[in-house]
Amino acid sequence: MNVMLALFKFFKPYKWFILAILIFTLLQALSNLYLPTLMSDIVDKGIVNNDISYIIKIGIYMLIISVIAAVFSIITSFLSAKTAIGFGRDVRNEMFSRVESFSLQEFDTIGTASIITRTTNDILQVQQVYMMIFRVMITAPMMCIGGIVMALSKDKMLSLVVIVAMPILFVIIWSIGKRGMPLFRAIQKRLDRMNLVLRERLTGIRVVRAFNRSDHEEKRFEKANHDLAASAIKVNKIMAMMMPSMMLILNLATIAIVWFGSIRIDHGHMQVGDLMAFIQYAMQIMFSLIMLSMMFVMVPRASASATRIQEVLTTEPSIIEDGAVEAEQPISRKEGITFQKVTFNYPGAEKPALADITFTARPGEVTAIIGGTGSGKSTLLKLIERFYDYQEGQITIGGREITQWPLKQLRSQIGYVPQKVALFSGTVNENIKFGKREVSDEEIRHVAQVAQASEFIARMKEGYETYLTQNASNLSGGQKQRLSIARALIRKPAIYLFDDSFSALDYKTDAALRSALVEETKEATMLIVAQRVSTVMHADQIIVLEDGHMVGIGTHEQLLNECSVYKEIVASQIKGEGIA
Amino acid sequence: MSQTNRGRGPGLRGGRGPGAPFPVEKPKQFKQTLRRLLNYLKPYKWRLLSVLFATIISTLFTIYSPKLLGKATTTIFEGFVSKQTGALGGGIDFQSLLHLLLILLMLYVLSSLFNYLQQYIMAGIAQKVVYDIREEVNKKLKRLPLRYFDATPHGEVLSRVVNDMENVGNTLQQSLTTMIQSLVTIIGIIIMMLTISPLMTLIVVLTIPLSLFVLKPITQRSQKHFKEQQKQLGALNSHVEEMFTGHEIVKAYGHEKQSMARFGSINAELYQAGWRAQFISGMIMPLMMFIGNLGYVFICIVGGVLVTRQTIQIGDIQAFIQYARQFTQPINQVANISNIIQATIASAERVFEVLDKQEEEQLTSKPEVLSSPKVEVRFEHVHFSYRPDEPLIEDMSIDVKQGQSIAIVGPTGAGKTTLVNLLMRFYEVDKGRITIDNVDITKMDRGDLRSLFGMVLQETWLFNGTIKENIAYSQDHVSDEAIVKAAEAAFADHFIRTLPEGYETVLNEEASNISQGQRQLLTIARAILANPTILILDEATSSVDTRTEIHIQQAMDNLLKGRTSFIIAHRLSTIQNADLILVMDNGTVIEQGTHNELLERQGFYAELYHSQYQQATS
Repeated sequence: MNVMLALFKFFKPYKWFILAILIFTLLQALSNLYLPTLMSDIVDKGIVNNDISYIIKIGIYMLIISVIAAVFSIITSFLSAKTAIGFGRDVRNEMFSRVESFSLQEFDTIGTASIITRTTNDILQVQQVYMMIFRVMITAPMMCIGGIVMALSKDKMLSLVVIVAMPILFVIIWSIGKRGMPLFRAIQKRLDRMNLVLRERLTGIRVVRAFNRSDHEEKRFEKANHDLAASAIKVNKIMAMMMPSMMLILNLATIAIVWFGSIRIDHGHMQVGDLMAFIQYAMQIMFSLIMLSMMFVMVPRASASATRIQEVLTTEPSIIEDGAVEAEQPISRKEGITFQKVTFNYPGAEKPALADITFTARPGEVTAIIGGTGSGKSTLLKLIERFYDYQEGQITIGGREITQWPLKQLRSQIGYVPQKVALFSGTVNENIKFGKREVSDEEIRHVAQVAQASEFIARMKEGYETYLTQNASNLSGGQKQRLSIARALIRKPAIYLFDDSFSALDYKTDAALRSALVEETKEATMLIVAQRVSTVMHADQIIVLEDGHMVGIGTHEQLLNECSVYKEIVASQIKGEGIA
Repeated sequence: MSQTNRGRGPGLRGGRGPGAPFPVEKPKQFKQTLRRLLNYLKPYKWRLLSVLFATIISTLFTIYSPKLLGKATTTIFEGFVSKQTGALGGGIDFQSLLHLLLILLMLYVLSSLFNYLQQYIMAGIAQKVVYDIREEVNKKLKRLPLRYFDATPHGEVLSRVVNDMENVGNTLQQSLTTMIQSLVTIIGIIIMMLTISPLMTLIVVLTIPLSLFVLKPITQRSQKHFKEQQKQLGALNSHVEEMFTGHEIVKAYGHEKQSMARFGSINAELYQAGWRAQFISGMIMPLMMFIGNLGYVFICIVGGVLVTRQTIQIGDIQAFIQYARQFTQPINQVANISNIIQATIASAERVFEVLDKQEEEQLTSKPEVLSSPKVEVRFEHVHFSYRPDEPLIEDMSIDVKQGQSIAIVGPTGAGKTTLVNLLMRFYEVDKGRITIDNVDITKMDRGDLRSLFGMVLQETWLFNGTIKENIAYSQDHVSDEAIVKAAEAAFADHFIRTLPEGYETVLNEEASNISQGQRQLLTIARAILANPTILILDEATSSVDTRTEIHIQQAMDNLLKGRTSFIIAHRLSTIQNADLILVMDNGTVIEQGTHNELLERQGFYAELYHSQYQQATS
């Protein structure tokens, strides 16, 4: 509930709309409530006095009031659609730009898949509930208040019946709702559980069958299924009480009204038409309470979503540009990258991912990084991109600590080719241009050439205008890698970071690409992360990482003599052959 | 793993509630599916009959009560009038009023009671039917061939079993009884109204075509906007997914502004379609209310006139007003319900489609059992294709002796993994046969056959449980020592112990709390623990770095001793000691022999080998 309120600030721009919604809803409720009063006039004056022309006159009034009520509610519908949908749009925009400000760490903490559902599903869910709130939750209290006012105006004594019945009704709704609520949450959990069990069974179908565990999986599902059914039965049995008991209270109140009303009529305190109108008011009041009870179903569902949204909106990006000074000159290409005793811990991790790393990568040279899985190779590149901030030591680029550069300026000087290729839906052209907006067609063709991509692009139906689907599923792994390299090349950056970027290439392409790269990147500082010795052996210096520590640095030949880990790596890859 | 989150993708299927004019999905075979769904209700027929009975009783009482209340009003009115006219003994006849009210009280209490009973009983039935069908799917999944799972996106199966069944359950729980209620109410109210005044009945009944007339164009227009909204929502969702999964690149290449601009423009379009759809569909309620009010007003006028003519009594107006109010709701519901039923039958149909899929062939005769397996595997002229028009494996024959290790190499798409699929009987051969110890594997029980194998795949499947449970997956009761021993053999013990909870660490849903290489080590430990007769390694160490791979290799060598093994590998370094290397290309074995023999032949294998190692050795 509190979270639902926290999102209320997004309604601020709509405060006049909301005020208008409230007013029009009240007017509409009052118009609808005025009808029974007019009806009672028909009874008490028209019928009693046999005055047909009076009946028709009042009837016409009633028609006019009905039209006015309809107009009011159509206006309300218009305003609430604009408000609720506008709210959704604003939250979505805020959310998206907030997420775009996140660094990788926030993605790690919340989870990419979760961020996606929060931005899409959760906002939709909340928006729908607010829509319902405008449609129902505002109307209901207005009807309720209006009903009470009209009832009081008809007969104060008789209103006592309503005043007694209302809290009873409220207590019943509340007590049933209170028992049902936790069960609704349990159902959601068990649904998730069933989803999980089934999903695991589907993704692991080969393993399940290979290990003869079909029966085991069947039992797991059966249990999940059984638990879910049990909860659902329980909650439905509880909720089965809701409607009948509410109706009972409503009807009992009606009987009481008729009985006490008849006594008051007998004493001449009120008229029959008033009694008939009063019954209708009582019904209105009660029905509006019943409508409010829908809150029990709607709000918890939305508040779970609201919590998840709020979590994202209140997450502060971990990388901030404090102390960064816009430099007038772009980053100098002459100084390369220096690591000074850099230590980095992922938040919550026990051991540092990188510890005490010191080296200098100079322009015009290739620095290669090799090591086992989890040794910290990719992390090292990510520190240079400033996706994470290190805890100790210093990384300097172009003579300045990287935290002193504005992020934009820093990153614009880096050509990063990640391990996991990410291309976007759009043409080949657009994907290459991703790294730099204003480039000529020749430049694009040139980098495609260097990245060994021009050949396969030419073979595609529409060449550079070929549309790539999401994740570029119409390309092979090697082709994607080459486009990803072309995207980095077009920026002509001072620094290149290649994270295992040649792994999907066959030998010939790999060789051709590498020799073309040499020419293209002559003056740049190159960092290459690799698993294959063949990729790193010609580098100017090779850094050997093991469990986040540097265990060797030097050329291929030096390391072969000095570094046992490197020797092992080489041996593991060139088994049985002579080592040069 | 990209499939993992598709299960509950964004969607608004089967929208319900007041004025939900979403495009409704229509079932292909309405009648058959309905009949089949009804079959599931059969075991509950007595209970369903009692639900029907309770529904009718409670509805009838509800219908009758306004008439009684009207009589009470008339009694009061007559007393009032008689008092005014000063007749003798004038005043309200409290005796008969009390009598009427008591009957009314009884009717109300009974009506609520039966209503409760009806919903209470239905809760049991609806959820049990859902349970039964899901259980049937559960059993079915076990018997479906792998071909089905390979061809069907996981998200689709998930959404059928979870979402579609929820849909069916909701309908059974609510809509079924609502429909009965509505029908009884409509008929009952019309009868009651006719007994009071045919003329006024006509007024109320006329509101039905009027409302249909008004609603139709509105529904059509809002559908157009809803469709547009769906489209924009789809565009928005895929933009979000794309940008967030590629977040690293978006940041590295300073693409945030463009990304936000694009998001903003889709979002604006979504807003335009969205508020229009909401507004237009939001008009339905007020308009229905207006039409209801029209009926109300005319009842008041006509009723008033009729009372003055003494054709009807004052209480009749009162009753009529109540009937008219009760009338619009069931009409709405019946109008909605055809949509809901259509959507439900469509959901049920999707689930039944799963149940109707062709199952794996079951053995007709008594399965052959290998008493003391020596495990000599033979492929005899095996033909196989996934699709009839694309032959994959043609006339393949292999002869594997006990204890031999067989390596299979070749480019992607050469059919390496297919061999495993056939051997494990995930797929059945089209022609020829595969034998183990001269027994045709199709004559064996699948379970028996598979229990001979231990398998490590490139795709590292682990489930949401502790590391211990994952390693011990193959058996129900395993000692802790055996688990640790298996982990040690797979070189996984060390990293497991560095985790904060050690062997009790719970792998999260996507097992993202350990690295890909570590996951692979766990799957190797799992296979080691299973202690199989034949071991299949399908790119088992592809995500492990080469040094660790060597360590695992040593462990494997121990494990493989005396066992028949099939190793599919990308890196040739891992297979040089194999007894037999099969080089596959385009579904056939193009070369076979030992490492040295193949190198001497200077063929495909030699070329492949050199392309991988030439660089490093030059």
